[in-house]
Amino acid sequence: MSSTAEHAESHAHGHGLGETVTHNAAKFGMWLFLGTEILLFGGLFATYALFRAKYPDLFHESHKELDVTLGATNTIVLIFSSFTMALAVSASQKRNRKWLIILLAVTFICGAAFTVNKYFEYSAKFHHHIFPETNIFFALYFMMTGLHMIHVFVGMGIILALIIMARQGRFAEGRRYTPVEVGGLYWHLVDLIWIYLFPLLYLIG
Amino acid sequence: MANGVMTQTQHVSFLAEKGFKSWILTTDHKRIGILYLITISFFFMIAGLMALGMRYELMTPELDFFRTPTEYNVAFTLHGSLMVFFFIVPGIAASFGNFLIPLMIGARDVAFPRINLLSFWIYLVGTAILLSALLQPADTGWTFYTPYSIQTGTKVILITLGVFVLGFSSILTGMNFIVTIHKLRAPGMTWDRLPLFIWASYATAILQLLATPVVGITLLLLIAERTFDIGFFDPAKGGDPILFQNFFWFYSHPAVYIMVIPAFGIISEIIPVFARKPIFGYKAIAYSSFAIAIISFFVWAHHMFVSGISETAAAIFSFLTMLVAIPTAIKVFNWTATLYKGSIEFHSSMLYAMSFIVLFTVGGLTGVYLGALAVDVHLHDTYFIVAHMHYVMIGGTVMGFFGALHFWYQKWFGKVFNELIAKAAWFLIFVGFNVTFFPQFFMGYQGMPRRYATYPVEYVSYHSLSTYGSWILGLGILIMTVNLLLPLMRKGQPESSNPYGSLSLEWQVPSPPPHENFKEIPTVTDWTYAYGKK
Repeated sequence: MSSTAEHAESHAHGHGLGETVTHNAAKFGMWLFLGTEILLFGGLFATYALFRAKYPDLFHESHKELDVTLGATNTIVLIFSSFTMALAVSASQKRNRKWLIILLAVTFICGAAFTVNKYFEYSAKFHHHIFPETNIFFALYFMMTGLHMIHVFVGMGIILALIIMARQGRFAEGRRYTPVEVGGLYWHLVDLIWIYLFPLLYLIG
Repeated sequence: MANGVMTQTQHVSFLAEKGFKSWILTTDHKRIGILYLITISFFFMIAGLMALGMRYELMTPELDFFRTPTEYNVAFTLHGSLMVFFFIVPGIAASFGNFLIPLMIGARDVAFPRINLLSFWIYLVGTAILLSALLQPADTGWTFYTPYSIQTGTKVILITLGVFVLGFSSILTGMNFIVTIHKLRAPGMTWDRLPLFIWASYATAILQLLATPVVGITLLLLIAERTFDIGFFDPAKGGDPILFQNFFWFYSHPAVYIMVIPAFGIISEIIPVFARKPIFGYKAIAYSSFAIAIISFFVWAHHMFVSGISETAAAIFSFLTMLVAIPTAIKVFNWTATLYKGSIEFHSSMLYAMSFIVLFTVGGLTGVYLGALAVDVHLHDTYFIVAHMHYVMIGGTVMGFFGALHFWYQKWFGKVFNELIAKAAWFLIFVGFNVTFFPQFFMGYQGMPRRYATYPVEYVSYHSLSTYGSWILGLGILIMTVNLLLPLMRKGQPESSNPYGSLSLEWQVPSPPPHENFKEIPTVTDWTYAYGKK
């Protein structure tokens, strides 16, 4: 930790904190927060492990009700959105405002596509009279994907805010692009959790 | 110890700005600390009154104060939930943590001042939800154990939702403190010079980050189970009957250390100042906080020895539980060694610190009894547990909290309280606390179960003694509160910005500190505890 150097810089900027300190602090803070998110889902993963070990047949039979094609499509959509998000961060570092906005918009659209897809999946389940109370597998299915869904919404909200900020020129030359990078970290987590949810729920052998 | 020191002369105090908006929209860590201090003190008083009501009920074996046993159950549920989630978990960490961390490490504020304010607002939302839950309170106890929390007709969801929201606040505060301690230390404030309160706050913040999400998901599962009629916890529907307890204690045992580790930090600050000696075993105290934090994640099942876990698991958890006693004892030995041959000054805060050592040791050692399998089966769910837990929570955390209030009072508010009355209040609190809780060890050992409004007549002498004690304790706290509130309404200023001759950075700025603390960020050249060197 080169805190002395960082502080020397913060002196140069008067009473505010230096650029590097703020940037590193924000990233560090986000990583810590992502750790708590993983633990939040960790509780559900532990519940999943417990009941899958207890009722392997129930899990196997129930998972056949899930639509692998829709799930796989959503997986591809989210992985692609992570790719565009990474490109958006890169565009913000290169101060390329036009591409930053385009890439953020594509990421947002991917998120929206994911939710639309999920809406059709959920309604199909309800149509077949499958609800959280049907059995423990579906209780977990709805809780895990539902909690993930909330995270997708939050992520989309963040991306929308970033688009607005980018349009206002908040990431122009000489200003910090930290929010894009931190928002990107969050979006990657949303993607990452889905990458675990998909095989655990849809691909039980 | 540091250059760039300011004098007590001309400066604008952080308290100078007036008006509601200047408080509720503040991003000054010292003001946010005060906001927390006011809120937690409010809940401490409410929950304390509940306790007095419960004790009054238990004066006689019959039901006479409350109208129904459910009312008694509601009282202990609110007492427990308010004390745990609204007072003691955020207590020292959020109030004194906010006030002290930037000052002690030589920073102008925390790393994310706006997130700091946000976490206070989230805390307020949580309290608002909980206050609305007061209208239709739950009767589950603060642990919300299934299956009762699923079956009871009272409003469990609202109170758990309140606790869930508080979790967010706790996580954001913990994250903020860790980043602050890593990134904003003044030049020369190396890890081996950090005040021990900072080490303790760091360990606490790690626990907050790692444990809180798990209780969050547990409460969500509980809410889902009640709302959608799922069977995660109900064996009749294929669920696991002790899954809830496993999850709950995976959070709540580490949470016990979230409650008490900040108090360890406070004691480590007060003792060297009033013993006029460098702290003994600095590194051992610093690292033992982390040892406690880590081990605390592997002891949760000691709450479940009679819940039907396997004997092997029970034996392992029993062993691990006793292991926590080692780093804890290291701290106690080091504090005692710091006192040895010191020139001790019995300031009121020092009296609280020394009571902490005694009472916490009683609480800690009875914890080791309870970790022993055979003993636990006998003592489980008796008043022995109640006594043990209060010796740790009041004898430990609350004594540390009161000590901190007296120690940093001048620094924080720029006023002086009456030391003689403070000592008298301490005496009442110390005596009252022991009269209240010491008899509970005996009645618990003789089989008096906890959480009952009525009891067999042979326990009446213990119970009434305990109730008398609660009045002494209550009186002591009342006198202390008045003694600390009165100076705030009077004019006046302390003569010195560093009356106790502390070497720590927060005492090198005026009392109360100015906005942004330091005109110039100080350069630290020596250890925080280098007493007797000069």
